Amino acid sequence: MESLISLFVKSVFVENLALAFFLGMCTFLAVSKKISTAIGLGIAVLIVLAITVPVNNLIYNALLREGALSWAGLEQADLSFLVLLASIGVIAALVQILEMILDKFFPSLYHALGIFLPLITVNCAILGGSLFMIERDYNFTESVVYGVGAGFGWMLAITAMAGVREKLKYSDMPKGLQGLGSAFIIVGLMSLGFMAFSGIQL
Amino acid sequence: MSAVSENEITGLIDEIKANQDEIKQVVREPLVDNNPITLQVLGICSALAVTSQLSTTLTMCVALTAVTAFSSASISLIRNHIPSSIRIIVQMTIIASLVIVVDQILKAFAYDIAKSLSVFVGLIITNCIVMGRAEAYAMKNPPVMSFFDGVGNGLGYSLILVIVAVIRELLGSGKLLGYTILPTVQDGGWYVPNGLLLLPPSAFFIIGLMIWCFRTWKPEQLEQADFKIMPAHSSEGGH
Repeated sequence: MESLISLFVKSVFVENLALAFFLGMCTFLAVSKKISTAIGLGIAVLIVLAITVPVNNLIYNALLREGALSWAGLEQADLSFLVLLASIGVIAALVQILEMILDKFFPSLYHALGIFLPLITVNCAILGGSLFMIERDYNFTESVVYGVGAGFGWMLAITAMAGVREKLKYSDMPKGLQGLGSAFIIVGLMSLGFMAFSGIQL
Repeated sequence: MSAVSENEITGLIDEIKANQDEIKQVVREPLVDNNPITLQVLGICSALAVTSQLSTTLTMCVALTAVTAFSSASISLIRNHIPSSIRIIVQMTIIASLVIVVDQILKAFAYDIAKSLSVFVGLIITNCIVMGRAEAYAMKNPPVMSFFDGVGNGLGYSLILVIVAVIRELLGSGKLLGYTILPTVQDGGWYVPNGLLLLPPSAFFIIGLMIWCFRTWKPEQLEQADFKIMPAHSSEGGH
């Protein structure tokens, strides 16, 4: 239990996907102009990460890992090179399914998330979460905790970023820095701030 | 068999010759005028974390350029047969297969670099440049042009990444590609390395400042401010 809590804290703060690994930066910069939309996207990422990381964990351990197919008489088989294709397939399919389920049963949430859901397929934070899970060899429980933690961390980061940018639009800055340039520098400063967590041993 | 492929190759060469000017423009445009990173805001995702050393950056650039070029070409070949409702998944599958090839080649021939790139080779799949070019260009244009469009955008990405990596490695550790350029104080030289540049956030500062330079040089890339600052009433004064 204790190790799971520390894994959660670690995935939210120390190894924040957005500010420590810079994953999902394209959407992070593009959709962080308003707090409300940023939270919407953050929730979508959280839900998708929390589902796809455990599912990919199951698929990897049951089908792709070296020796995982021994029940079928294929002890030698090592399909781990297919991880990339399998993960992205799972993500694309799950996003599609999630979209249909939300449309049918939770129309209000569906409309709130709107265009963000399809965008999530190409968000590197989602694929990155699955790949990190495989690289670090998490078991199923750990992968659930990691998926939720990583998603929460990403949501926290984009909400904070949107808050800063909402205030910043009133400021008088050099023309060339307007918009994208200043966004980069803010993310740099925020990520410096988050580096303070990296000293924490858990 | 060989005659057929020879014919195809000569046909391809003729096509390239016929479109030379257009190809030049397609390759050149993404370098500065329509750079994928500084203007289109694409592909930053995996870009920043790999730039602390020039060698990993170069590997990443070659990998990305190859994947973009070949995926654009192959998507464009079958563009008239892809039903638009499932095109994202089709594109993803093609891109993912190409990335697997690149990943396996790297693991076979450059294992150390593949290790230090860790998950970022796999993340080329979701690199927005690859998807963006497939969606915006390859779905509408013939294969040869799409190939060169992919090369051009890959080079535009590489240009920014290499500049960032040179600044970070040279000033951060006094080396380039592992060779000492500025002898550091620890090794008895004179250069005090700037440790901040080895940390990931520095990539953001460098790209932010580069965008500033690009936009000062090319004012048409400037973004409009959301709010105009009112000029102060300075001349009247004294109230």
